Amino acid sequence: MTTLMADPMLAEAWTLSGSVALRPEPFGALAYHFGNRKLTFLKKQQLVDAVNALGDSKTVADALTRAGIPEAQWPAYVKALRGLATSDMILERKPS
Amino acid sequence: MTLLDVRTPVARPTTGPLVNQFEFGLDAPICLTWELTYACNLACAHCLSSSGKRDPRELTTEQCEAVIDELQRMQVFYVNIGGGEPTIRPDFWHLLQYAVDHNVGVKFSTNGVRLNPERAAFLASTDYVDVQISLDGATAEVNDYVRGPGSYDTAITALQNLQDAGFKDAKISVVVTRQNVTQLDEFKALADQYGATLRLTRLRPSGRGADVWDELHPLPEQQRVLYDWLMANGDNVLTGDSFFHLAAFGESLPGLNLCGAGRVVCLIDPIGDVYACPFAIHDNFLAGNLLADGGFKQVWQTSELFQELRSPQTSGACTSCEFFDSCRGGCMAAKFFTGLPLDGPDPECVQGYGESALAGERTIPAASQDHSRTTPGRNQPVMLTLTRREDLEAPPVSACAENPLAGFRL
Repeated sequence: MTTLMADPMLAEAWTLSGSVALRPEPFGALAYHFGNRKLTFLKKQQLVDAVNALGDSKTVADALTRAGIPEAQWPAYVKALRGLATSDMILERKPS
Repeated sequence: MTLLDVRTPVARPTTGPLVNQFEFGLDAPICLTWELTYACNLACAHCLSSSGKRDPRELTTEQCEAVIDELQRMQVFYVNIGGGEPTIRPDFWHLLQYAVDHNVGVKFSTNGVRLNPERAAFLASTDYVDVQISLDGATAEVNDYVRGPGSYDTAITALQNLQDAGFKDAKISVVVTRQNVTQLDEFKALADQYGATLRLTRLRPSGRGADVWDELHPLPEQQRVLYDWLMANGDNVLTGDSFFHLAAFGESLPGLNLCGAGRVVCLIDPIGDVYACPFAIHDNFLAGNLLADGGFKQVWQTSELFQELRSPQTSGACTSCEFFDSCRGGCMAAKFFTGLPLDGPDPECVQGYGESALAGERTIPAASQDHSRTTPGRNQPVMLTLTRREDLEAPPVSACAENPLAGFRL
């Protein structure tokens, strides 16, 4: 365990909300929440890959690894995921 | 056809702000407007699409369903439906349901004519449907002046029906004019009263709007009033990024602050013609037809016009203005329909460059289509106000008045 694991979110299990659709775009993806009508942009393909991997990964850290994101960049991605969480794009789920 | 100067192709940036990505266009629009019909029960003086009569070539129900299927495949998450008056299409409610069932959310604009209690109850039972009631005055007097007699009452009745049915968060959609810009607080109060959200948009000189723009568009000092009001109240008010030309007053308003035409915005008209934006229904901004040119996706992704709009554009005189990064030259449609060059200032440029441009030589382009009814209907607005001549203090003196003091004034 490195000090980067300090963010508790990395050990949590999350998933893309069932009300959200992702649309691939040249820069990454566009996320639309049919419930709260919020539109968000995922500005990097790796973030899209990580978000897509969330549901099948035990933890957020697993999803980031599967998306091929180097550990040094995890804090930035966790910040982006937290942003998505505030608009209910991704939801915390019970660990599987 | 060349809209702007020829430019050298530039590759899409891979980093930097998102707005730069938008300039190069997206795989599918974010904000798609679909005018379902040109038929309308009203004849608003400033109608963007010169609506009135139905176009006999209007897409059939099956063709509309095919459009929705394609939007679903392209993942266009929602569509703004308008007209004309969309609800007077007999298959409107069917198409609404069809869209929602196919993961295409619907926001539709209406004058309220068909929103009786039963329809309001149906709407309250749906998810993914937003309703915008058009209202261009907070009082009947101001509204009916441009939208026609009785239209205020129709809109208010519709809002009442929606509220009674438990429909949450309807939108009151207001085109800001010289006459109603003083009523912004009253509009907000009206929205609060009906549990609605206020939406303000800019008057464009498009369609019949070209005929009345000189009389209706807010005066320069009113633009400032509007900007200040939006800065103070903007968080609770929608604008559809309509007022980005005001950003040159200083602080940017929330939103894109970029002309989205052909990049993130476009319009499908009732016969399937695809235009760069809802305010640009003119042959110069026609990208193609979704029946004739292989479907909407084909037109959106490959039309020559849209490719051109997505390449970096020259902005002529505006480039040297210190506020260029705020407003980026303003609204393309507003320039075009007032006969101003597309690479110059917006006619309502808040730094005053628009006024001098308007004072210069210009030719207002002829409309390329008009669906207005040929004979006036009973709902047609009459934009005349009866007044007295201010210099007259008494009835005129007749030629045969014999009184020696006739016509005498102190």
